[in-house]
Amino acid sequence: MNSYSYTPLITLLPLAGFVILGIFGRKYFNKTGGLIGTGLLLISAILSLYTAYQYFFVNGKVGDTYQTITAVKFTWLTFSQHVSIDMGIILDPISVMMLVVVTFVSLMVHIFSLGYMHGEERFATYYAFLGLFTFSMLGLVVSSNLFQIYMFWELVGVSSYLLIGYYFDRPSAVAASKKAFIVTRFADLGFLIGILVLAFYGESLDFATIIKNLSTAQSTQFVAITSASFLGISAITWGLTLVFMGGAGKSAMFPLHIWLPDAMEGPTPVSALIHAATMVVAGVYLVARLFPLFTINESALEIVRIVGVTSAVFAAVIACTQTDIKRVLAYSTMSQIGYMMFALGVSSTGGENGLGYTASMFHLFTHAFFKSLLFLGAGAVIHMVHSNDMKDMGGLRKHMPITHISFLVACLAIAGVPFFSGFFSKEEILLAAYHSSKTVYVLALLTSGLTAFYMFRLYFNIFWNKDTEVHGHHGEGTFAMKLPLILLAVLAFGAGYIPFGQFVSTDGKALESEFHLAFSVAPVALGLLGIAIAAWMYMKPNEKPQRVANAMGGLYKAAYRKFYIDEIYLFITKKIIFNLIGRPAAWIDRNIIDGLMNGIAAVTAKTSALIKGMQSGKVQNYALYFFGGVAALLIMFIYFWRP
Amino acid sequence: MNLSILLILPLAFSLILLFVKGQKQVRSVALTAAVAQLGLSIVLLFKFLAERAKCNSAFLFESNYTWFKQLHINYHVGVDGISVSMILLTAFVVLAGILVSWNQEKLYKEFFFLLVFLSMGAYGFFISLDVFTMFFFLEVAVIPKFLLIGIWGSGKKEYSAMKLALMLMAGSALVFVGLTGLYYNAKGAVSFDLVQLSLHPFAPAVQKMFFPFAFIGFGIFTALFPFHTWVPDGHSSAPTAASMFLAGISMKLGGYGCLRVAAYLMPDAAHYYSTIIIVLASIAILYGAFATMMQTDLKYINAYSSVSHTAFVILGIAMMTKTSINGAVMQMISHGLMTALFFAVIGMIYERTHTRQVAQLGGLLKVMPFISSVFVIVGLCSLGLPGMSGFVAEMTVFMGSWERAGTFYHVATIIAAASIVVTAVYILRAVGSAIMGPMNNNDHLQLTDAAWNEKTAAVLLLVGILVMGLAPFWLNDLINPGTEVIMQKIGMIK
Amino acid sequence: MNEIPLSHILFVSTGLFFIGMYGLFTRRNMITMLMAIELMLNSVNINFVAFNKYLYPEKLDGIFFTIFIITIAAAEAAVAIAIVIHLYRNHKSIDVEDAAEMKW
Repeated sequence: MNSYSYTPLITLLPLAGFVILGIFGRKYFNKTGGLIGTGLLLISAILSLYTAYQYFFVNGKVGDTYQTITAVKFTWLTFSQHVSIDMGIILDPISVMMLVVVTFVSLMVHIFSLGYMHGEERFATYYAFLGLFTFSMLGLVVSSNLFQIYMFWELVGVSSYLLIGYYFDRPSAVAASKKAFIVTRFADLGFLIGILVLAFYGESLDFATIIKNLSTAQSTQFVAITSASFLGISAITWGLTLVFMGGAGKSAMFPLHIWLPDAMEGPTPVSALIHAATMVVAGVYLVARLFPLFTINESALEIVRIVGVTSAVFAAVIACTQTDIKRVLAYSTMSQIGYMMFALGVSSTGGENGLGYTASMFHLFTHAFFKSLLFLGAGAVIHMVHSNDMKDMGGLRKHMPITHISFLVACLAIAGVPFFSGFFSKEEILLAAYHSSKTVYVLALLTSGLTAFYMFRLYFNIFWNKDTEVHGHHGEGTFAMKLPLILLAVLAFGAGYIPFGQFVSTDGKALESEFHLAFSVAPVALGLLGIAIAAWMYMKPNEKPQRVANAMGGLYKAAYRKFYIDEIYLFITKKIIFNLIGRPAAWIDRNIIDGLMNGIAAVTAKTSALIKGMQSGKVQNYALYFFGGVAALLIMFIYFWRP
Repeated sequence: MNLSILLILPLAFSLILLFVKGQKQVRSVALTAAVAQLGLSIVLLFKFLAERAKCNSAFLFESNYTWFKQLHINYHVGVDGISVSMILLTAFVVLAGILVSWNQEKLYKEFFFLLVFLSMGAYGFFISLDVFTMFFFLEVAVIPKFLLIGIWGSGKKEYSAMKLALMLMAGSALVFVGLTGLYYNAKGAVSFDLVQLSLHPFAPAVQKMFFPFAFIGFGIFTALFPFHTWVPDGHSSAPTAASMFLAGISMKLGGYGCLRVAAYLMPDAAHYYSTIIIVLASIAILYGAFATMMQTDLKYINAYSSVSHTAFVILGIAMMTKTSINGAVMQMISHGLMTALFFAVIGMIYERTHTRQVAQLGGLLKVMPFISSVFVIVGLCSLGLPGMSGFVAEMTVFMGSWERAGTFYHVATIIAAASIVVTAVYILRAVGSAIMGPMNNNDHLQLTDAAWNEKTAAVLLLVGILVMGLAPFWLNDLINPGTEVIMQKIGMIK
Repeated sequence: MNEIPLSHILFVSTGLFFIGMYGLFTRRNMITMLMAIELMLNSVNINFVAFNKYLYPEKLDGIFFTIFIITIAAAEAAVAIAIVIHLYRNHKSIDVEDAAEMKW
C-alpha cells in the first residue's frame, strides 16, 4: 500500500547536509558548502512536490475524503504499555501542504543566501544550520506523535537559536538568541506539561489514538479527562491550554511575543525562513493538528481566539510606529499569525463550520510566500544600504527595480488587495470570523486596515520618499538573489488562486469556497484607505508623519516603545527571578546549607579541641587523672556502694 | 564470561603502572588499560545480550565464592542490564579521563595509578551482588579521590578534599549501618547476599528503621539535598580527570546503591518515605538550578547543575513507577556522559586561558572552534535538546513521574519540569558570555584548539551521548528487564 | 610499755606519700620529680615495715620487700639520673616540658 516509503528522504537530506557541513564544512567545503546544502534541499523540495502531487491528485483520496497516510513509523522509546514515542511520517492535507511550503521557502532562502552570505567566514556553518533547521521543521510537520512534535519543536528552537546567534561576536545577537530560546523554552514548559496531561488521560501519545480516545464521548478516557479537574478547571482545558501555550510561544503570540522582534538580529534570509514563513507558524500548525481536541473544549478554543485576535491588533499597532524595517516585518508577522490563530479559534469541525480552519491554513500558505518575499526583499535592501533603519532609505526604486516590483507585489498581497493571494485567504478568515463572533470580526477588519497602512508606510519609505545616495558597487545583487524574489513574487500573486478548500478542511472532504462580492467591500475599502493614507504621508519627504505622531501623543509613544512589554519582562527576570530567587538560592546554599555542613564540622572540631587538652602528652597529668580516678572509685566504693 | 576479569584487569594494570618509569611509558600503559577496559565492557555487553536471549534469570554471569565464612560475606558477582550499562559508562569515562590528562606532569605515575585503581572500585561496585563487597568497593572508589583532589587539585584543594572525603565517609558510615541492620534482621539465613536478602522481605518496622540510613548514605554520594554541598567544592577543586570521575561515576554509585540496595531490599519503607524524598528531590532540582544561575565559575556552574540533574535520579527512584525508574537509570548514564564531557571541556578551556570565570572569557568560538562547539553541544545536551541523552532521560523521568496518579506527584513533576527553563537560562548565559560574544582578552587570540587526545576524548563521550539520544530504544531494551525485576519487588507494575 | 600506735606511723607515711605525690604532679624539674618518687617509695617502705612489726611480728616478708624496694629504687635512680644527664646534654635543661619532640 505504501508508495510513500521515500518520504523519509525529504527530511533526512537536509539533515545529511547538516552533518556533512557541520563536521567537515569548515575545513573542506567553506566555498562549496552553499551549493551542497542547496543541492540537497533541491532534491528534497522536488520530492515533496512529488509527494504533494501523489497525495492530492493520485492516491490520497478514498471516496471524497482525504485519508491520513502513515508513511513510516517505528517505535523510538517505549514508556509504558500504551504510551510510547514513535517516530513516524504521516501524510494528511496539512502536513503535505506544509512539506511543500517548508521545502520551497527553504530552497528560496538557500538560493538567496548564496548571494547574500557570500564571503562570510562561517559560510558552511551557516548552511549546516539551515539544513538542521529545515530537517527539524520538516520533522515537525510530518510528526505522527505528540512527543515527536515536541522533539522537533525543541530542535527548531535550537536551530533558531543558533541562527539568530550566527553573528556570535555581536552582543546584541547573543542576547537576542538567548532571549528567543528562553522565552520559547518557557512556553515549551507549558507544552510539555500539556503533553503529560493529555498523554496521561488519553493513554497514548499517538495523534490518531489520542484524538480517538479523547474525543469519543463516553469513552473511559474522555470521562476521565473531563471529570478530573485542578483548581476548578477541567483537565482537558488545562491540557489543551498548556499545549497552546507552547504554540503561542513559538508563534510569538501575545504576551510571549517579545523574542520575535529581537530575533531579527539574525541574518535576514534566516528571518525570512524561520521568523516569517515556517517556524513561527508551528504554533498554528500545532493547534490545527490537535484541532479535533480543541473543538470539544470551548474554553480552550476561546483562549486561542482571544490570544489570536489580541496579538493581531496589538502587533499591527506597534508595527505602525517602528522604524527598523525588519522589526516592522516582525510585528507584521506576529499580526498575521494572530489572524491564523483566531481563524482556528472561530472554527469548528465539519463542512461549512470548518471554514475558519481551512482559512487559517490557507492564510498560512499564502503568508509563507509573501512574507518570506518581504523579508528577502528587505534583505536585498539591507544588503544595498547596509542599514536596517528606514531613515537611511528612500528612493530605492531606481536602484533596485526587481526588488521594488517584488516587494510591491508582496505588500499588495499582505494588504489584501483583490487579485493578490493575501486577499483570498484573508477574506475567508474574515468570513469565518463574521459568522462566529462580531467582536472578532470588527477587530480583524481594523487590523486589516492597519496592515495595509504600515506595509505601505514601509514600502514608500524604502522605495519612494527622499533619495538616498547609494554607494552601489555591487548593484542590486547577484542572480542568486534575484531568482528567489521573482519566483516568490509569482507565488505571492498566484497562490491565492489555488482552490484551497478542495484540499484542506476539517473533515478531509472538499469545502467549496464561495465568494461574496458584497462582503469584500468593507475590507478592501479599508485596505485601500490604509494604502492611501500611507501614500499621503510617506510618498514624499514631508513633516506629516511627525505631526501625526505628535498628535497621537502618548499612544504613539507607547506603541513605539512596544507597550513596555519588554520592560515588564526585564523587570520580572532581572529584579524578581535573579534578585529574589536566584541570588538568595545561591546565598542560602553557600551560607546556610553549606554553613550547616561546615557547622557540623566546626562543632566536631571544637569538641575535639576542648577534650584534646586531656591528652596533653604529659605523664604527670595522666598520673593525676589516674589518682583522681582511683580516689573517686575509692570514695564511691566506700561511701555509696551498698551491695 | 567471568566477571572477575573486570576487577583483575584494572588491578593488574595499576600494579604494572607502579613498575613503569617515564611519563610516556606510564601514560601509554594507562591508556592501554583504559582501552582494554572499554573493549572488555563492550564484549561484556554483547555477551550479555546473547546470554540474556537464552536464559531468563535476573542476574547473569553469576559466580559466588565464600570470602569470610564466619560473617557470611561472599564474593558474589553478577550483572543485569542496569549494571552492564553502568559498566559501559565507567569504561567510557575512564578512557576519556585518561585521555584528557595525557599531559599530566606532576607525579604522573601516582596520578594514573589512582585513576586506574578507582575504575576497579567502580566496576567492583557495579558487579557486586553481595552488599558487603559492594560497600567494600564503594570505599575503594572514595579514598583515592581524597588524594586526587588533595594532591593534584587547584584552589582551596585541601579544604575541598577534606570536605568531600568527610561527607562521603559519613555517607559510607550510614550505608554501613543500614547494611548491618539488614544483615542482622534477615528473615532467611543471616547473609549479606543481595539475592538472598531479597527472597525474604524484611519486616516493615525493620525497613522503616534502616531505609533512611541506606538511602541517605547512598544519597550523599548522589548529592541528595541537603547533603550536596561537597559537590560544588569537590568538583571545582578537583583536577579535570578527577572531576570527570567524580561526577561521571561516583555520583552514580550512589544512585545505583539507592536503587539496588535501598529501594530494592526495602520496598515498603521506600513507599513510606517516598513523599519526603520526592519533596527533597524536587527542591534540589529547582533550587539547584536557581543556584546555578548565579554562579560565575564554569566548574561551579557544572557542579551545581549536577546537583539539579542528579536529583532527577532520586526523583525517578522515589516516584516508583517502572517508567520513572527507567528514567532514573537513563539519567544516571546520560548525566555521567554529559557531565564528564562538560568537565573535560571546562578543563581544556582552563588549561588554555587559566581562568574559569565566565566574565573573563568570551568569544572563544573564534579561536578554538572545536572546543567551543563541544561546549555548546554539551550545553544543549544539558538543557535537554532532543537527539541527545539528556532529553531522553529527563523526559522518561517526567513521563514516569506523571504516571503516578495524584496531585502531589503531578505538582512535583511540574516543579521538576520547570527546571528545564532555568537550565536553559544558565546554560545559555554561560555559552553566551564564554563562547560567544566579543573577545574580552586579546591574549586569548593566541590560543590553540584541541589536541588529538582531547578531541578523541570529546568525540568518545559525544558518541555515547548521541547514541543514547538518537537510539534510546537500545538502552531501554538493555535496562528494561532489570527495572522489571525491581518493579516486581516494589510492586506497582502497571 | 607505751608503744607508739600504728595509726601514728601510718599518718606519717600517708603524709609522706602525698607530699611525694604533690611533688610529682607539680614539679617540672626531673631531679625534683625523682626525689618525689623516692619520697613515695619510702612512704611505702615505712608502711611495709610498720605493718610487719605490728601485725605479723613473727614474719619478715615486709622487711624483705623493703629491701627489694630500696634496691630497685637505687637502680631506678641510677637509670633515671642517666636519662636526666642525657636529657640535659641534649636540651641544656632538665625541664620535662622541654622534651616535647615526640609529642603529637
